[in-house]
Amino acid sequence: MALLTKARDLMRRDKAFEFSVPEPVHDSALDTTHGPILYLEDISVSFDGFRALNKLNLYIDDGELRCIIGANGAGKTTMMDVITGKTKPDTGAVFFGQKIDLLKLDEPAIAQAGICRKFQKPTVFEQLPVFNNLELAMRTDKRVWSTLFAQLTGEQNDFIHETLETIGLKELIYQEAGSLSHGQKQWLEIGMLLMQQPKVLLVDEPVAGMTHQETERTAELLLALEGKHSVVVVEHDMEFVRSIARKVTVLHEGSVLAEGSMNEVQNNARVIEVYLGG
Amino acid sequence: MFITKILRDDLGGKIFLSLLAAVIVLVPLFNLLVPASSLFHLPTYTVTLFGKYLSYALLALAVDLVWGYCGILTLGHGAFFALGGYAMSMYLMRQIGGRGVYGNPVLPDFMVFLDWKELPWYWHGFDEFWFAMIMVVLVPGLLAYIFGWLAFRSRVTGVYLSIITQAMTYALLLAFFRNEMGFGGNNGLTDFKDILGFNLQSDSVRVIIFMISAFALAAGYLACRFVVSSKLGRVVIALRDTESRTRFIGYKVELFKLWIFVFSAVMAGIAGALYVPQVGIINPGEFSPLNSIELVIWVAVGGRCTLYGAVVGAVLVNFGKSFFTAALPEVWLFALGALFILVTLFLPYGLVGLLRRKRRAV
Repeated sequence: MALLTKARDLMRRDKAFEFSVPEPVHDSALDTTHGPILYLEDISVSFDGFRALNKLNLYIDDGELRCIIGANGAGKTTMMDVITGKTKPDTGAVFFGQKIDLLKLDEPAIAQAGICRKFQKPTVFEQLPVFNNLELAMRTDKRVWSTLFAQLTGEQNDFIHETLETIGLKELIYQEAGSLSHGQKQWLEIGMLLMQQPKVLLVDEPVAGMTHQETERTAELLLALEGKHSVVVVEHDMEFVRSIARKVTVLHEGSVLAEGSMNEVQNNARVIEVYLGG
Repeated sequence: MFITKILRDDLGGKIFLSLLAAVIVLVPLFNLLVPASSLFHLPTYTVTLFGKYLSYALLALAVDLVWGYCGILTLGHGAFFALGGYAMSMYLMRQIGGRGVYGNPVLPDFMVFLDWKELPWYWHGFDEFWFAMIMVVLVPGLLAYIFGWLAFRSRVTGVYLSIITQAMTYALLLAFFRNEMGFGGNNGLTDFKDILGFNLQSDSVRVIIFMISAFALAAGYLACRFVVSSKLGRVVIALRDTESRTRFIGYKVELFKLWIFVFSAVMAGIAGALYVPQVGIINPGEFSPLNSIELVIWVAVGGRCTLYGAVVGAVLVNFGKSFFTAALPEVWLFALGALFILVTLFLPYGLVGLLRRKRRAV
């Protein structure tokens, strides 16, 4: 009987043979040999009938810096929720590398696998000093008992100081995070992501509410990450996007409207139609 | 040394433990060595009363750990305390043996009264002290584990969690009131004679139990201090303030909450086991939601998130309670309510916070 189904399957020509699709492996190492590090395919999410994502297809390459723009409600944040495991999509597949099926993992497991997220509103541990914020975020064994007996090694200590240097908060090391300015909190949160040595950073509106100088520093910070990490930036600020973007994806009503360099996108007829009302 | 390392930045803890050490030395001295006729003699009644406060203080520490540090407002911690207490009393009941009113060598009096013919299965083993001690830790721990696993996994938080902890202790209250449960119904368990062969009524045994309570409180304090100054303690503070951030940097938040909850329940159980031999009775009233709410008030009055504040609150409020319920019994509950409101309004960091602010001002 199984043979019969297999034989029947072989006759079909409209799709890949079922048995030739490899079984996803969950614990395997990240495999990016084919280029992309994130695969989002045919993702749909609806909330009470509202389609937040509509058959979204998106591929992020290893080491790439990608900007995602789109009007409010275009599905940017929902897309991040899907990648980080907060929202389970109704249909579609999300793969990290070619072998890790993200839909099978929960939020902490996805974070441990190497996908980190900065929230739209800066979210740091306000009651703890800057140093401990980074310490908690650090990539290490995060199970309960090992956390109870964890001791900071010299190497880890150096790593924290290195990150403090990168995000420019060296002088504020023992200050409570709650007393930092808005911009400093944003950088601290980016630092917390770096401490996790992620493969992919998802950064939601990093320059919202920042001064001009702060925005510039943030742009430098993100550009410095390119190559070592894949960075996905969601942003409204077009000036900022232009200053960092190599490749831009425009979302509209839950699916990709256009993709390409900033110039290509800005001259795309459909983008102009949607954004400028044609 | 290990202890000095834990207490490195903990001035309040150092003061508290020094006081406790002084109490451990002085109380037996003034009770056993100073003759009863002397003005400085400490009556055994007072020793036992303070011993009771110490077991309450241990319970308050457990609540502070869960509420102050982990942000879980538990309104059911009295249940774990009572379960520890019941486990201890079952041992004490079995120790009575044939000396009960009905003289049955195996069955406790209330079972004879109910015309039971044999010991229920869950009473077996409680004639052994070590078994009872394991149960003191295991029963509250297990209940906390199951309850916490279900609650935290379904991400129940905030006021809903408080309500279901309250429901839990209320359910246990109703269950333990039933005679069929085999725990003495509404009369509870009492009339204890001795512990490990020593007469519970004798002065020296009472002083020793007092000292054990003091040692347990010190050990509990050090254990809690170790936990909150470890990385786990920082994760717990982090998840109290921003749970989603903690989850998104890779911590399984549910398991951390569960660990703290179980640890705290075990401490509460031990506190209950120390409470029973000093008070001489346990009944389902210990499960009443009111008791659990009172615990939270102790911690709030003393100052949450400091550990020693919880101890201060537990001792002071109970001291006040002993005083008021003797002098003006009808005012006590109003005084307690007023205390809670005043502390919430004017002392968000409790009494300990008051001292701290003064020190900072100086």
